[in-house]
Amino acid sequence: MSDMYEHAVQLNRDKCVGCTNCIKRCPTGAIRVREGKARINHDLCVDCGECVRICEHHAKVPVYDPIERMDEFVYKVALPAPSLYGQFNNLDDSNILLTALHKMGFDSVFEVGSAAELVSAMSRKYLDDHPEQFPLISTACPSIVKLIRIRFPSLIDHLLPIQPPVEIAAEMARRKAVKETGLSPEQIGIFFISPCPAKVSACRSPIGVKKTEVDATLAIKDVYVRLLSVMDDAAEDPMDLAVAGRIGVGWGISGGEAAGLINDRYLAADGIENCIKVLNDLEDQKFSHLQFVELDACAGGCVGGVLTVENPYIAKAKMSVLKKYLPVAGMHTDIPDFGRWTEEVEFEPVFTLGSNFKEKIQKMAQVEELTKKFPGIDCGSCGAPSCRALAEDIARGEAKETDCIHILWKNLHTIMGMMTEMDKMAFAPGIAGREEEGSK
Amino acid sequence: MSDSLELKYTVDPNDFTRAGEASKRVKKTLKTMGMPPEIIRRVSIAIYEGEINMVIHANGGEITVTVSDEDILMVLADQGPGIPDVEKAMQAGYSTAAESVRNLGFGAGMGLPNMKKYTDELSIETEKDVGTTVTMRVML
Repeated sequence: MSDMYEHAVQLNRDKCVGCTNCIKRCPTGAIRVREGKARINHDLCVDCGECVRICEHHAKVPVYDPIERMDEFVYKVALPAPSLYGQFNNLDDSNILLTALHKMGFDSVFEVGSAAELVSAMSRKYLDDHPEQFPLISTACPSIVKLIRIRFPSLIDHLLPIQPPVEIAAEMARRKAVKETGLSPEQIGIFFISPCPAKVSACRSPIGVKKTEVDATLAIKDVYVRLLSVMDDAAEDPMDLAVAGRIGVGWGISGGEAAGLINDRYLAADGIENCIKVLNDLEDQKFSHLQFVELDACAGGCVGGVLTVENPYIAKAKMSVLKKYLPVAGMHTDIPDFGRWTEEVEFEPVFTLGSNFKEKIQKMAQVEELTKKFPGIDCGSCGAPSCRALAEDIARGEAKETDCIHILWKNLHTIMGMMTEMDKMAFAPGIAGREEEGSK
Repeated sequence: MSDSLELKYTVDPNDFTRAGEASKRVKKTLKTMGMPPEIIRRVSIAIYEGEINMVIHANGGEITVTVSDEDILMVLADQGPGIPDVEKAMQAGYSTAAESVRNLGFGAGMGLPNMKKYTDELSIETEKDVGTTVTMRVML
């Protein structure tokens, strides 16, 4: 199996009990249970983190960098995601949080929210210039971009070809640090403090651009613990660091990016299943007047990411308090000369069955036939999320009919019936076999 | 094994929220077969419009989709009241849908015109109180 990009969810085999929770929950059907353990098909995985949320055995492990990676760099810059601002109680001044980042060991802080305000400005301009691409679909959530890339090829042309705020923040932060310190770019560590593993893999193998400026991606939950111990200290005499305004910080919540466009012809959906519904409808052209579509794989937006600490809706409420004291926007520099996608994003037909037309027809007919044969209760005992998924696995040559315990049971029943019949025949008088042997 | 694939769906009557299930399933199957996105889009729009029509006007019906290496043939058959004036029904904006249906956002009179627009061939056989069969073809 080829790996399109580095993945952000791994399996802890020792903890996996081979239950069916994750296979049922995966929105792209990327997981199978084989030989008693879950197996993630990385071609299909979009890093949404649903399996991490559902696995009560904690066998699904989101991948991110340990805080110790800070030791590798002379000068360390923190890039806090807007969602970090919603993790703390009674935070009414973002300067306290940014000061606390200094106190926990960072030399400098560059708010992703401030770069987000530039992305908002770039997006507004792009929307003005490209009405032929309406509705433009946000590309800030890497899971959504990956999902469209493998499952909604007709929507690829609608993707907003602008890098996510974190990438723009990383580039700007490094330039600024080089200028201010005189150090070489390699001595500067750019640390993104991330709400989700999708952003981790997006930073490691970005879509739409060749390379990333982010050196390491830390989990909000790891950083949170360290920040808590220095927050009180920071609150006593906060430095004047905050740049991001309401628009930038708002990016952490579903609908925030769209709000930054100052355009009411938009739709914002959150939660991966809801997003899939919207994408299906977009594909069928059910919306005619929309100019922008914001989709966040996590419920509530980035505050719902699996690497966060707080309940997303509480985080949202906390951010409303903070936003009240912020200016509308704080980043009033020119639109940067970078930040557009430079690489073509192409359709990855990972779901395709069969190579030539004849084979496709045959395999699909086989799938239809098998699906009718299976009980249709989608029990998951075979390791596939549904009877149809098992049928497709069989057509691909990756599973067999008797993986279905109902078919297996039926077969056993038939064999037992035959054995009973044979037994009867063997003991019937005048028939060769045991009878003759017995008569000797 | 034959060189074409036949898919059958039943459209349940009187439930708008479920109209679209057949088009969704056809779409999924065609995607799994790796059909060109533009073809999938046209087929699923045409079937969706047909499904809605079957729910609004005809008490449901049967949809048969046949995929071969040349085309995708869609036959939508119902046992509804029939279309009294096919020529009028083909005009954009013409609809006989009840007010209650229009209030739900349906019945804009674009069903058959859209089905014609998105397919390469469309023919209608209809008889009063017997039913209607719409046959559509999208060439590959």
